Amino acid sequence: MSVRDKLSAIGETMAIGDSESSTEGSRIRETIDAIIRVFRGERMAQIGGVILLSFILVGLFAPMLAPYDPGEMNRGEDGELLRLDAPSQDHPFGTTNLGRDILSQVMYGARVSLIVGLAAAFVSTVIGTNVALIAGYYGGTVDNILMRLVDIAYGLPFLPFVIALVFIFGSSLWNIIFVISLLMWRSSARVIRSEVLSQKGRPYIESADAIGASNLRKMYIHILPNVLPLMVLYMAFGVAWAVIYEASIAFLGFGDPSMYSWGTIMFEAYSTGAIRFAYWWVIPPGVCIMLFVMSVFFIGRSLEKITNPDLRH
Amino acid sequence: MRKFIIRRIAYLLLTYWAFITVLFVIFRMTPGDPTTMYVVEGMTEAERQATLERYGLTDPLHIQYLNYVGDLLRGDLGFSYRYNTSVASILIIKFWNTIFLMATSLLIAYSIGILFGAYLGWVRGTAKEKGGLLLALIFRSSPEFWIGIVLLSVFVFRLGWFPWGGIRAIGAEAPVGFTSRYFNREFAYHLFLPALTGAIYYMAQPILLMRSSMISVLNSDFIEIKKAEGLSPTRIVYKHAARNSMLPMATVIALVAGMSIGGSLVIETVFSWPGMGREMVESVHHNDYPMAMGAFFLMGTVVIFMNFLADIAYVYLDPRVRYD
Repeated sequence: MSVRDKLSAIGETMAIGDSESSTEGSRIRETIDAIIRVFRGERMAQIGGVILLSFILVGLFAPMLAPYDPGEMNRGEDGELLRLDAPSQDHPFGTTNLGRDILSQVMYGARVSLIVGLAAAFVSTVIGTNVALIAGYYGGTVDNILMRLVDIAYGLPFLPFVIALVFIFGSSLWNIIFVISLLMWRSSARVIRSEVLSQKGRPYIESADAIGASNLRKMYIHILPNVLPLMVLYMAFGVAWAVIYEASIAFLGFGDPSMYSWGTIMFEAYSTGAIRFAYWWVIPPGVCIMLFVMSVFFIGRSLEKITNPDLRH
Repeated sequence: MRKFIIRRIAYLLLTYWAFITVLFVIFRMTPGDPTTMYVVEGMTEAERQATLERYGLTDPLHIQYLNYVGDLLRGDLGFSYRYNTSVASILIIKFWNTIFLMATSLLIAYSIGILFGAYLGWVRGTAKEKGGLLLALIFRSSPEFWIGIVLLSVFVFRLGWFPWGGIRAIGAEAPVGFTSRYFNREFAYHLFLPALTGAIYYMAQPILLMRSSMISVLNSDFIEIKKAEGLSPTRIVYKHAARNSMLPMATVIALVAGMSIGGSLVIETVFSWPGMGREMVESVHHNDYPMAMGAFFLMGTVVIFMNFLADIAYVYLDPRVRYD
């Protein structure tokens, strides 16, 4: 038993809800129903959903929506490079020190956040859930070894570790995703394991035992659907954290140089000293990161109310 | 209880050993060595070999590993290629710079966060609570560098109230003693904005946590009795209810203190704060691996130790927890 077993993803409560268990087939449908329920009557989740959807659309159609190529050095009518041009009709968010259109860069930046957020959250939660199922189900030495691995993962300072690894493997988008996932699985592994432990002692596992179900069947057909809501919750918060981590890595200058991430845009604004006056270069990417993460948190909070009935007051 | 603590200490040692091993492996995998930067400047192969030998980099890997662990056990963090002096002598100052920055941040974050969270629990269901929650979620969603840059633009570049960064006025001599270095107005003046940045970022957690534990305490019977006694709301909230909601906070503070050490490097970069995190990033860029490893080692040590404290505090403070 450790503190983190009881800390929810957003740090809001110490109690992990005991969801009622029922037969596994209907359980999956219930989960889907629950996800629909997340948005019904929840103003915050609805706002979050709308914001997230707009980012997804902008990211998907960035090449069509962006008024310029993000790397293009724009020139004014007199042929001069438009260095640090303040917002105008042609360039609503102004230009960078190299005359690049900031609105277009920010639109392309949505792609990086979406890819990193979704991929890292998915990979780390799948790893975490599998570790949790194996550790919780088999118990004993297996559990002990896996939980010590989790301890070790928790002992590594996140950003320094990620930066050292990105430096070694090279700062490509996929390496960044890989490295973030390499540490982020730890939180879902720990919390979902406690839930697996509580599921394991329930009567439905006893009856599965009696029919002679195999270990794998019990783990993946019987227990997994019951921890699915928790898994979805961790995936949602994972998206938020991964986006913040990617932005921080890029801000420190270790981002993928071939892509325009919101963090990279701010890194350039900071390192060229333009933050002294060029508010148009700093505000759009910063506000985008904030809105993106917030939208995921809004949805996650409503999800958490369903996973954790204690929060429903 | 005693058995639990002994087992925790065993885990602590295991985690620590694994951490040191991971650290060694990571930095042996990094491209380049201390001579990489000089080879382009015309260093000959013989000179290069001699340098590598001097740093013990020609030994077989397992010998290097044993030497590394042995040196750490003796408190020797190695020799910095870039500063041409021992890593420990540079890092000891940067270590305290980081600790002071993050400790101040967390102190502000938790004192305001706890009070504000308790208030939100008290006014639950009102528009005030909604607004407060929204504010907390906005804080939680803003990366530290973004908060830092906003503060920097407003308070430094627009208003000119604070210095743009660093730890003391440019050109000022560092005071010699430990207390005279950190307890003076100049330091506090430079500390304010970076500490505020961290405080804003870390404030969301105590607000949210305090709010939800307040709500469960406020539902209990003794609060009704206190209300019937005719105590003022402020007294009930802060004297009776908040005290009973503090338990989860103690362990969380320890956990977050560990985590914040790793996160400090972003704030340090924005405000050019001469701390461990920034030193690590710069050393990685300059191939100064002993320095980067030293900084990484110290940060990991803080994280592991704080995690350990949190686990101990958790069982110690709450008698209902089973020791398994």
